[in-house]
Amino acid sequence: MWNVAFSELRKLRRPTLFLGTMGAVVFFSALFSSLLFLLIDSPDGNSDRGRTVSREVLALATGGVQGFSSVGGFLGIIALCVFAAQTAQEYTYGTLRNILVRQPGRLRVLAGKFIAMKLFALVMIILSGVISISASILLAPRARVSTDLWFGADGRHALLTTFINIIISVIGFGTIGMVLGLLLRSPISSISFGVLWLLIVENLLIAVKNSLQDWMPGAQLAAIASGGKPRGMTTGVEYSHALLVGGIYVAVGAIVASFLFVRRDVSN
Amino acid sequence: MSNTAISVTDLSKKYGERMAVSHATFEVPLGTICGFVGPNGSGKTTTMRMLLGLITPTGGTGEILGESIKHPERYLPRVGAMIEGPAFYPALSGKENLNYLATLGGFSTDRVQHLLDQVGLGDRAKSKYKTYSLGMKQRLGIAAALLPNPKLLMLDEPTNGLDPEGIQEVRALLRSLADDGTSVFVSSHLLSELELISDYLVMLRKGEVVFTGKMRDLMLDQQPVIIAKGANSGQLATLLAIAEAAGHRAMIRDGAVHVEGPAEWALDFNKAAFDAGITLSQLTPQLPNLEETFFEMTGEK
Repeated sequence: MWNVAFSELRKLRRPTLFLGTMGAVVFFSALFSSLLFLLIDSPDGNSDRGRTVSREVLALATGGVQGFSSVGGFLGIIALCVFAAQTAQEYTYGTLRNILVRQPGRLRVLAGKFIAMKLFALVMIILSGVISISASILLAPRARVSTDLWFGADGRHALLTTFINIIISVIGFGTIGMVLGLLLRSPISSISFGVLWLLIVENLLIAVKNSLQDWMPGAQLAAIASGGKPRGMTTGVEYSHALLVGGIYVAVGAIVASFLFVRRDVSN
Repeated sequence: MSNTAISVTDLSKKYGERMAVSHATFEVPLGTICGFVGPNGSGKTTTMRMLLGLITPTGGTGEILGESIKHPERYLPRVGAMIEGPAFYPALSGKENLNYLATLGGFSTDRVQHLLDQVGLGDRAKSKYKTYSLGMKQRLGIAAALLPNPKLLMLDEPTNGLDPEGIQEVRALLRSLADDGTSVFVSSHLLSELELISDYLVMLRKGEVVFTGKMRDLMLDQQPVIIAKGANSGQLATLLAIAEAAGHRAMIRDGAVHVEGPAEWALDFNKAAFDAGITLSQLTPQLPNLEETFFEMTGEK
């Protein structure tokens, strides 16, 4: 398993993939966090879907990680694409047969790949956190947002929980990408299906019937990233519910895909 | 300790109603080069995939290096393979691709440069795989198969895309590996190449083994052929009739009459042709080569 993980890291660290992905993470993390502070007085809102996050909310202990939390869903989409592409390309390049000749334990192959991609996702999350929080600290004085509570015990707790939530969410999105890669066996199909479903189909369905947000996989994982429904809000998904339903989606998908991967003939 | 590199009994693979491989039974002795031949779609690649644990047989049993094919993890660390052509990551260099496979298999990466040099890719080791020509990709595939320092090497069409010099190099490489004790199981559509290097042969037709044994035995069993041509092509039909009248199987192929019969009968044939007023411009007794034998046994062409 570790041999698979180490060899997979050789692929993941190639400059075009690694630097390209990390460049996108830096850009979007800086953008999401900056807009929170730069557009704080905008009547069109300063957060996703035109929401306004007020100066008072940003001054809370969780204010320092608000931008990081917002970018969590985006990191999930990147993870989905990377996990799906890295898995499905083994079929399109025909390299799966090389892998299985050198490492016939198919579950070990999956586990090793998963570990390597999780490490890649972890680097992505840490980088995003550093950029988001740095941008918040730099822009807070200009937006006249108090940062006093950010550096207290509550601020550190908020940082830790946000970090854990984003890891869970991103790994969940990545696992869905890997499952799609194993099922569809084509990077383009698996990425297209995953991204279209999460960004368009789910939102359309939720727009038509709001209660569906409690049952859609992407909505659950996004809710985990943002820490669940904010206290006092009537809309949104409860954190514990998101964790349970999202976990069931990911677990069932992973079990079905692993079963098929182990049983299926490798004939390309 | 088994003295066979590969041993299969009744190995079968069925896809729906189609039998891709049907009750294949053969053995490949250790330390030999075994040619694996058959027309396209005869089940060669399917058989190799079953031997490598990539697909599950529908029936039958098999052993590789003394281990059951149900447990590929027990023998694959000692097996090198290239199936259905080379397959690597286009964005990685040849060397990075081999390093990837070495790490995956738990082998030292120290041998990678040596292997690249051995297959003539030393100076292009750092070029991306996607920039390689077909022949270079093939060479990289062979280098990858050699990574584990294998006891058994399984190669599917290793000379595809290679120029004549490359083919000769691969032939020499396989011979030297076999001389060092490596068993080689190689499929190729270049039958003349296999005839030159193989000690052993397994021949498939429509998923069934039609011959398995020593190459020399197969060739010695073949009926010699006398090839004859008249001074003008209009005389071929008469020559054919003479041969058939004497009780020999004969056919016209490539502008000559091919007659199955012992070399000594060539004298009688020459005399009969002379009596019929035909002066022969060619009269050559010869043993059929592997290609002719292959066509004869598989019913191809």
